[in-house]
Amino acid sequence: MFRWLRKKLKEFFSTLREFPDYAESPERYKLLRRNIVVLMLVVTILPLTLMGLINHYLYRQAMHDEIVRPLKILVNKTKHSFELFLAERLSTVSFIASSYTCSELADNNNLSRIFSVMKKEFIGVVDLGFLDPNGVQVSYDGPYKLRGKNYKDHDWYKETRVRGAYVSDVFLGYRKLPHIVMAVERSVPGVCLGCVLRATIDTNRFMELIASMRLEPDSDAFLLNKKGVFQTPSKFYGQVLETFPMPLPPLSYEPNVVETEDPNGREILLTYAYFESLPFILMVIKPRGLVMQAWYTLKTEAFFIFVAGVLLIFLVVFKLTDKLVKHLEESDLRREAAYREIQESSKLASIGRLAAGVAHEINNPLAIINEKAGLIKDLTQFSPDFPQKDKLLSLTGTILQSVDRCRTITQRLLGFARRMEVTVESLNLNEVIEEVLSFVEKEALHRNIELHLSLAQDLPRIASDRGQLQQVFLNIINNAFEAVEDGGRVTITSFEVDDDTVAVSIQDNGQGMTQEVMNHIFEPFFTTKRGKGTGLGLSITYGIVKKLGGDIKVASKLGEGTTFTVFLPKKAQARKGE
Amino acid sequence: MAKIRVLVVDDEVEFVSALAERLNLRGFETQTATSGEEALAIVKTYPPDVVLLDVLMPGMSGMEVLKRIKTKHPQIQVILLTGRGSWDGIQGIREGAYDCLMKPIKIEELVQIMMEAVASNQQAVKGGG
Repeated sequence: MFRWLRKKLKEFFSTLREFPDYAESPERYKLLRRNIVVLMLVVTILPLTLMGLINHYLYRQAMHDEIVRPLKILVNKTKHSFELFLAERLSTVSFIASSYTCSELADNNNLSRIFSVMKKEFIGVVDLGFLDPNGVQVSYDGPYKLRGKNYKDHDWYKETRVRGAYVSDVFLGYRKLPHIVMAVERSVPGVCLGCVLRATIDTNRFMELIASMRLEPDSDAFLLNKKGVFQTPSKFYGQVLETFPMPLPPLSYEPNVVETEDPNGREILLTYAYFESLPFILMVIKPRGLVMQAWYTLKTEAFFIFVAGVLLIFLVVFKLTDKLVKHLEESDLRREAAYREIQESSKLASIGRLAAGVAHEINNPLAIINEKAGLIKDLTQFSPDFPQKDKLLSLTGTILQSVDRCRTITQRLLGFARRMEVTVESLNLNEVIEEVLSFVEKEALHRNIELHLSLAQDLPRIASDRGQLQQVFLNIINNAFEAVEDGGRVTITSFEVDDDTVAVSIQDNGQGMTQEVMNHIFEPFFTTKRGKGTGLGLSITYGIVKKLGGDIKVASKLGEGTTFTVFLPKKAQARKGE
Repeated sequence: MAKIRVLVVDDEVEFVSALAERLNLRGFETQTATSGEEALAIVKTYPPDVVLLDVLMPGMSGMEVLKRIKTKHPQIQVILLTGRGSWDGIQGIREGAYDCLMKPIKIEELVQIMMEAVASNQQAVKGGG
């Protein structure tokens, strides 16, 4: 799969590198344009995208750290506050337990005195009690009547007896109100063994600590025990002693952040820390959207900038490439045309010289034949009747006709030879057309092509170049002949357009052509006759007509035929330098 | 009406003789010359109405002969004959020739043009006088 992809990519890039010389001209520039566009887009958009992605991830990391760090600090601080609060009270209980003797603590009056001092110094302490080794609370001071209660079977009592000091999680106990107990065992060997001093802490104090975190309204903070039971009420997830509705996060004594979804489907950032020596977990929950809002805003802005940048690049690349390739195409065409013109003109110049020479050399003997035969004819005609006179007349007539045919040929030769320079003379366009038709009549006859002439008899004479016009019409009529099937029809019409212009249209009922082909027919080397044409005919034709100050228009429908209309000024103005 | 005098100039003797005879048969009075110099001499001694002049001749060219005739005898109509095409004609007409015909020529056409040339000359003379 990977290898295949690499091969494909390699192929693609190798087609991008090469300039397609083999392609035909319109195709070639299309390819060139595509290649430049693709290359430019790749080298601009790829780095931009990479930069964008790298920035995106770096920013996200940075933003995440920015958001997460304060949360961790807050949780850590609050956790310490809890620890400090409980440690203070535990050490006080511990201090009392070790400062007084068992009998002093077992005396209710003494205990009350101690408790009243303690209550003053430490807020949150609800009551104080002393238990004998049997677990019976022998002395007690506080708002409840708990003296004489036996705690032997209570968990916290057992834990205290095992560990020596213990802080419980929240429970209801005899008073049926949520509270926590902190207890310290007092054992003085030989004096008293297994006595326990305990104090109860009001959980309201916990809520105050949590409130001191000053969280936003849609954030939540609470304390859980390590079994996931609420120790303080939560805004969204349950009351005290209910169970936290989500799985507990992995154990971590350091503040940790997890991104998760709560049972209500909200995306949340859950920051938590386990207490090391206490049975609690502190949790702060913030909706992710709220926390990440700044990030989302930044992300959207960056995304818009990226899209705008890409669009701009596209626009610039396309416009620039278009302009560049057009420019290239034009200069290529100009260069080709100039090259061809030089080639063509040098070729034609030599053909022209040859033709003129031949025509002249032939014309002189031809003139002698003409005059001698003419003289024979004259002499015969002016002499009285004699035998064979008519035969002689007909014979000389034939000679004169043949001479005339030769004359047509040499004149035509000279006419085409003169194609090199524009020689303006007054001429009848209809005559020029008829001259040209004499070249193609044979083919028309042979292929059964119907030649329909519709020449305006009152067509004004125009000043133009006979030889060049012959070439123009011959080219177009030849094309028409190539376009039609045997038995097709070619219509030639001459008409006056306005005071300055006359026109000749050559219409065929051949195969016609597409708009695409029509756009290129006057381009040098453009040909649809694969392998047969040079692609120069119409290009030369167009050049000549332009040189004579005229214009060519083409109309064509696929399957219906093509009409070429040549517009010519009545007074040709040969354009200099062409 | 006096016969129209025609001088036929061409280096091809056979051409000149045949054409001259044909014109004689058609009622013209003809003289012939086979070079430019000869032609100019005839023009000097016995000026014709029309000169039929070949453009390409050895020695003095037809164009040169045309120029000389036109400077001394502007009333003589010159019709150029050429084997090379219309370029000669355009140049010749610029130099004052009445027309230029392509060889081989059709006798009827030639006669018609000569008549036109003489007629236009007579008109000009009348107009001038």
